[in-house]
Amino acid sequence: MSKSAILSIAVRYLLPLQLLFALFVLVRGHNEPGGGFIAGLVVAAAFALYAIAHDVRQARAVLRFSPRRFIAVGLLLAAASGLVALLAGKPFMTGLWSTVELPVIGKVGTPLMFDIGVFLVVIGVALMMIFTLMEE
Amino acid sequence: MEILLAVVIGGLYAAGFYMVMRRSMVKVIIGLVLLGHAANLLIFTVGGLNRGAPALVPVEGAAPAATDPVPQALILTAIVIGFGIQAFALVLFKRVYQAVGSVDLDKIRTPDT
Amino acid sequence: MHHLLVLPILVPLIAAGAALLAWRQRRMQRWLGLAGAAGLLAVAVMLLVSVANNGILALQIGDWPAPFGITLVADLFSAVMVTVTGLMGAVVMVYSLVSMDPARESFGYYPLLLILLMGVSGAFLTGDLFNLYVWFEVLLIASFVLLVLGGERAQLAGAIKYFTLNLIASALFLSAVGILYSVAGTLNLADLAVQLPRLGQPGLITVLAMLFLVAFGIKAAIFPLFFWLPDSYHTPPLPVTTIFAALLTKVGVYALVRTFTLLFTQDIAYTHTLLLVLAGLTMVTGVLGAVAQMEMRRLLSFHIISQIGYLLLGLGLYTPLALAATLVFMVHVIITKSALFLVSGIVHRLQGTYHLKQLGGLYQSHLGVALLFLLPALSLAGLPPLSGFWAKFALVRAGLEAGQYAITAVGLGVSVLTLFSMTKIWTEAFWKPRTVQEPVRVLQGRERLLYFLPALTLVGLTVLLGVLAEPIFTLATAAAQQLIDPSAYIQTVLGGAL
Repeated sequence: MSKSAILSIAVRYLLPLQLLFALFVLVRGHNEPGGGFIAGLVVAAAFALYAIAHDVRQARAVLRFSPRRFIAVGLLLAAASGLVALLAGKPFMTGLWSTVELPVIGKVGTPLMFDIGVFLVVIGVALMMIFTLMEE
Repeated sequence: MEILLAVVIGGLYAAGFYMVMRRSMVKVIIGLVLLGHAANLLIFTVGGLNRGAPALVPVEGAAPAATDPVPQALILTAIVIGFGIQAFALVLFKRVYQAVGSVDLDKIRTPDT
Repeated sequence: MHHLLVLPILVPLIAAGAALLAWRQRRMQRWLGLAGAAGLLAVAVMLLVSVANNGILALQIGDWPAPFGITLVADLFSAVMVTVTGLMGAVVMVYSLVSMDPARESFGYYPLLLILLMGVSGAFLTGDLFNLYVWFEVLLIASFVLLVLGGERAQLAGAIKYFTLNLIASALFLSAVGILYSVAGTLNLADLAVQLPRLGQPGLITVLAMLFLVAFGIKAAIFPLFFWLPDSYHTPPLPVTTIFAALLTKVGVYALVRTFTLLFTQDIAYTHTLLLVLAGLTMVTGVLGAVAQMEMRRLLSFHIISQIGYLLLGLGLYTPLALAATLVFMVHVIITKSALFLVSGIVHRLQGTYHLKQLGGLYQSHLGVALLFLLPALSLAGLPPLSGFWAKFALVRAGLEAGQYAITAVGLGVSVLTLFSMTKIWTEAFWKPRTVQEPVRVLQGRERLLYFLPALTLVGLTVLLGVLAEPIFTLATAAAQQLIDPSAYIQTVLGGAL
């Protein structure tokens, strides 16, 4: 497959934008439509585009950590978000919020932590499948 | 609208089962995808079609006419699971194709050992 | 404390996550696998003790009240099944340490096995039909990958049938869940048990019951939907076969028992009679398939199907004694069947093949292995005083009490054929002089310990289950009582929300 110069240059500028957008979708998912799942897909799409424009090896290098690690950390983070409630004496996965409001985001709580976990797992799973299929 | 969707769902199930029974692996995958779509659309339809009503209602103020959000949550989960499984199906069938050199399921015999 | 209910899901999940992080350190993964399985066993035993002492436990995840939130419930039946899951996880994990090849080990074998255990525990503990679907998918995805791990041609070929059939079952399950929701407006099992009789539409419910029967029937490998099982179960490495044989079809049976005792009891004359017919056909076809086989793992795979028939028989009779017998039979068959698979793995290690024609002389060379095979084989056929005898005895008695003489006779006849096929393995692999002249390998030291310890544990348990028949039946009867009369289950889940 011949590489398109236009695409590979464009991707260089698109990638940060896509990642920023993913972050926006992730945080917005707190109270509005959005959330970890679609944000993860946006990130995966960004890296898939990068892998198409350049190649999988370079995309892996830009990603830095292997997709597997994303899955592991995401799973543990999601599990931990449920454990917080357990420590507070509430049933597993009860949503707990901090009392202070952060600017822009609002109140932060364990649901956001769970969402970040989902976000990481989705990035990991989607990229693992995409990279595996592209490498063969 | 329900009748139209019922016909579509029936068509999807029929097409899905027909494709699953074909000999070509590629068609089997397409059949599985169609079956998944049929099930999702079925949940959507039997959950009650309610045009223009949101599934999420605001906390404050009078609640407008709302749609039951549960079927949508079910479908969303099912789509996510289907997404993972179909991706796995592609990888599996591709591996089989590489190992056997054919997409014909009749050529793939399970050996005794 | 009710928090105990999430631990059987959480412990394997955390261990799997940690094992994924330790991807390159094979040693670390092995330890994490062991720790995860042992931890699961420990919390499962705690859960069982707690349920036995305090009655049914329920936990509303995230503090959302039932029937709106996700509910975890453990009655005695669930708690026993989770305990057996933990036991099998631990046993297979130890066996894997020595018999799994390094290539598969470093390709995620341990995390996958842990995720499989998590899915099975989740399916046993959930109190919600849609969640049951999700747990089914979790354990299916893990099992798909375990089945093809290594990528040998036979594995891939076997996996296609397994994969396609199970996906069709999932699609049917999902459709049935959707229709049930539109009919009843809830998916919480306890709430459904309250709502369904109020609907006054037994015909519609029976149709739904049939849809669920087909979906769970494929997963449980009942007649005529079993053919994916003997074509796929013998292809992966032996520890994988063992854990599949022990747990996967049993999850399907568990789902059948749960739904056909809690939800679909409107038209017992129709649904449960159908279950009896299917039970008979499953038993007979399974054992006839087994008798014809010459490969150990395939022979044992057909026996899984035949044993599923016995489990269905107890469910179809639907009396307290029959359900108690089903529960005992379930535990018995998981333990003995896995013991047989593990011993066949030892035989393979010693003589390098699973083919009965090429095996031989093991009684002469390895008396210990022969005994390890003989005990569970006789137990499976139902000889006293081993566990299988009591389970079958109770089933037969329940059958006679219910006046179902034909199916009881079929069950007894299948027992004879089971004994016959076990004799076949015995004479071919153990008594017959060896024809192939190859040096017999010997096991020594640590390898010997790790090969024999799991099999010994299971064989010891099958003897113990036979000896302790009295207290075990007391427990099983209590569990059956909870299934027959679900009011305590409903009360615990819904609380005052009736």
